[in-house]
Amino acid sequence: MSARSGLTGPALRMGGLVLALVLLIVVGVATGGERFWSFGNLTTILSLAAVWGVVAIGMTFVITSGGIDLSVGSVLGLASIWASTLATQYAAEDYGWWVIAVTAMAVGLGAGLINGLLIAYGKVPAFIATLAMLAAARGLAEIIAGRQTQVVEVDAFFDVFQAKPLGLPVIVWIFVVVAAAGWFLLNRTTFGRRTVAVGGNAEASRLAGIKIKRHTLYLYGLSGLAAGIGGVMILARTTAGSSTNGSLYELDAIAAVVVGGTLLAGGRGTVTGTVLGVLIFSTLTNVFVLNNIDSSVQAIAKGAIIVGAVLLQQWFASRERVSTT
Amino acid sequence: MVDVDPSGVEQPLLRMRGIVKEFPGARALDGVDLEVRPGEVHCLLGQNGAGKSTLIKTLAGAHQPTAGEILIDEEPVVIADPVAALRLGIATIYQELDVVDGLTVAENIYLGHELASGGVTRRSEAARNTRKILDRLGHKEISPHREVGSLPAAGKQIVQLARALSRDARVVIMDEPSAVLDSEEVGNLHRIVRELTADGVAVVYISHRLEEIRQLGDRITVLKDGRTVAESLVVADTPTKELIQLMTGRTVEYAFPDRPGVAEDADPVLEVDGLGLGNVFSDVSLTVRAGEIVGLAGLVGSGRSEILETIYGARRATSGTVRVGGKRLRSGAVDAAVTAGIGLCPEERKSQGLLLDEPVYRNITLSTFSRIARGGLLDEGAERAAAREQVEALDLRPAGVNRNARTLSGGNQQKALLARWLVHGCRVLLLDEPTRGVDVGARAEIYNLIRRLADDGAAVIVVSSEIPEVLGLADRVLVISDGKAVHEGSAREIDEHAVLDLVMEGSVA
Repeated sequence: MSARSGLTGPALRMGGLVLALVLLIVVGVATGGERFWSFGNLTTILSLAAVWGVVAIGMTFVITSGGIDLSVGSVLGLASIWASTLATQYAAEDYGWWVIAVTAMAVGLGAGLINGLLIAYGKVPAFIATLAMLAAARGLAEIIAGRQTQVVEVDAFFDVFQAKPLGLPVIVWIFVVVAAAGWFLLNRTTFGRRTVAVGGNAEASRLAGIKIKRHTLYLYGLSGLAAGIGGVMILARTTAGSSTNGSLYELDAIAAVVVGGTLLAGGRGTVTGTVLGVLIFSTLTNVFVLNNIDSSVQAIAKGAIIVGAVLLQQWFASRERVSTT
Repeated sequence: MVDVDPSGVEQPLLRMRGIVKEFPGARALDGVDLEVRPGEVHCLLGQNGAGKSTLIKTLAGAHQPTAGEILIDEEPVVIADPVAALRLGIATIYQELDVVDGLTVAENIYLGHELASGGVTRRSEAARNTRKILDRLGHKEISPHREVGSLPAAGKQIVQLARALSRDARVVIMDEPSAVLDSEEVGNLHRIVRELTADGVAVVYISHRLEEIRQLGDRITVLKDGRTVAESLVVADTPTKELIQLMTGRTVEYAFPDRPGVAEDADPVLEVDGLGLGNVFSDVSLTVRAGEIVGLAGLVGSGRSEILETIYGARRATSGTVRVGGKRLRSGAVDAAVTAGIGLCPEERKSQGLLLDEPVYRNITLSTFSRIARGGLLDEGAERAAAREQVEALDLRPAGVNRNARTLSGGNQQKALLARWLVHGCRVLLLDEPTRGVDVGARAEIYNLIRRLADDGAAVIVVSSEIPEVLGLADRVLVISDGKAVHEGSAREIDEHAVLDLVMEGSVA
């Protein structure tokens, strides 16, 4: 079987995700009617998807390389707190709104690089290193905030983020830009190729001369940076930094990545799949909220979708293996 | 105690007749006969790939023979799975000590047949029995409650032996048991083997060390190319020379390319000086000139692969230096080696060489895609073109560069790895078992290719378990035994027997 004949694995998987999303929209329209299918509500769905999506795209790279980053939710919270302290806000008043954005991104990147150093050079398993960061970043955020909510009062910041180019909130545009950049980085650059190669066979990549330690460092830095961007976005959406921001985002991000078709074992990743996974989950949430269904039921549905998607993936994978041998 | 007279007529305990085992595309066993009597040490001798491992696995119930029969006490039996083998009294002690490190000695010994009442283990009884068995093995000092992971290799072996005894084994198969032991421990192992046989247990003993076979064995069966070539020779009556003759007399002849010879004044490209790696190998020095192929001959475990990997920087040398073109390489840095122009085709193609689920062209350009890319942007068109060029030059089949590497045969996977370094352009090529898993037809092609690379000016080192391959292909040979180079010279001036003599006599326990 040639790799290009007919509808091959990846195309089929994407088709399945699009179909699932369309079905959800149909259910939304059928149960919610105008309340669902309105520009306002669709914007709500996209705004919900945006923060989650940016974090999940960073996670896509880490998982494609065969790793895992459990710290993204806490790092996002820490970034949002650090960027909304009084000191940062004063600086933003003096120098410009961008101080807030840069602070959050720097905090995210820094935390990610610490993860990367521990994993690549300290040989700490990714699961453990990022679990430790999950705990530590949340703790640091609580100390800085003193468990208080820090309302952002820098007007220039909101002038920028409450604009709606072409009718859509800026954070949705950030999601679009990050997704496009992520797709390009994974599919068209040497960085992306290295990521896939390390995830596919780390030892073969090392023996081919790829600097896998340095690459691992960059990957976790990237994931941290994505969480930092998420921190800025959450400030824009909720207007306040809180140490509980981003709680459990790591699980949502991993779920979207895996449902999207990226192999948890590494070696294959898809940014498009992750975007679809995020859209599916955020639409699902919206449909449930519109129908006043208990959030516990929603959690059960989410669990069922994750298991179903992974079972389907394995079924595809075993079929592919049969057809190529 | 059973009286054993090796020359006397006695009913065999275990008999195998005409055993054939076919795998897809290969015939691993092609008519093996074996007869084992109670209370004897029966040695199984043969080169790598002769079929010893397959034979053991057939007895252990891991493989089913395609044809032939197995008899126990002259009754035909079917060994459907490992449990059936144990039930028949056949216990196998594999080379890679398969014990569970996190469990205690007693737990390991009763693993799979726990002493239990209603799911609750009877710990004190297990400990008592374990103590009894260890006592019989002469190792009272090992506590049944000790965690197995804390035991040295020799201790783990004792645990495996004890496990075999706990199952009332009548035949114990030992696959190179002395390979993991130091000489004192080997002496102890021999004592235990003698005690077992004195109790009437038959031991099938596999070893490469002729000296050991002389000390311990009663009879020898020699395997070659999956067949029994000599059955039940009495050890005391068989000279070493004859054994080596039996092991090496080949039926398959390989065609090797001509050796044009290397000019005396050719530039030394690779200079290795006093290289060592912990207690794996030490003081290895060699020089490879442009256009020269140097072969490393030695048994599995002699340190050959580790030497290559250390030259390449995949392992950090504990002593010595590697120079390429006169420039010293940073130790333990693969990327520095690759930049300096060294390429390695590793022993385990699938786990160390290839991205099996990626297209062939990405496998071929794994070391060069960064260089082919412009400013970090991949140029897949150029990558495909470079790969296609090599695929054609090497006659890699099927020729499509977009299919996954998994779908290629062993020989073509090897060509893909060679193509990787051809695209990269290498001054030094390190080839570890380049024809493992490659069928006979494709081997000649690989040999020609390696010679052509040398003719184009590469310095090549080839490691192979197949001594004729090393001697036929290389200009110069280093014989490695127990981590030391015991001989260096022209490949034309030494033959297979002499190499075997060197590696076997050189590693007397």
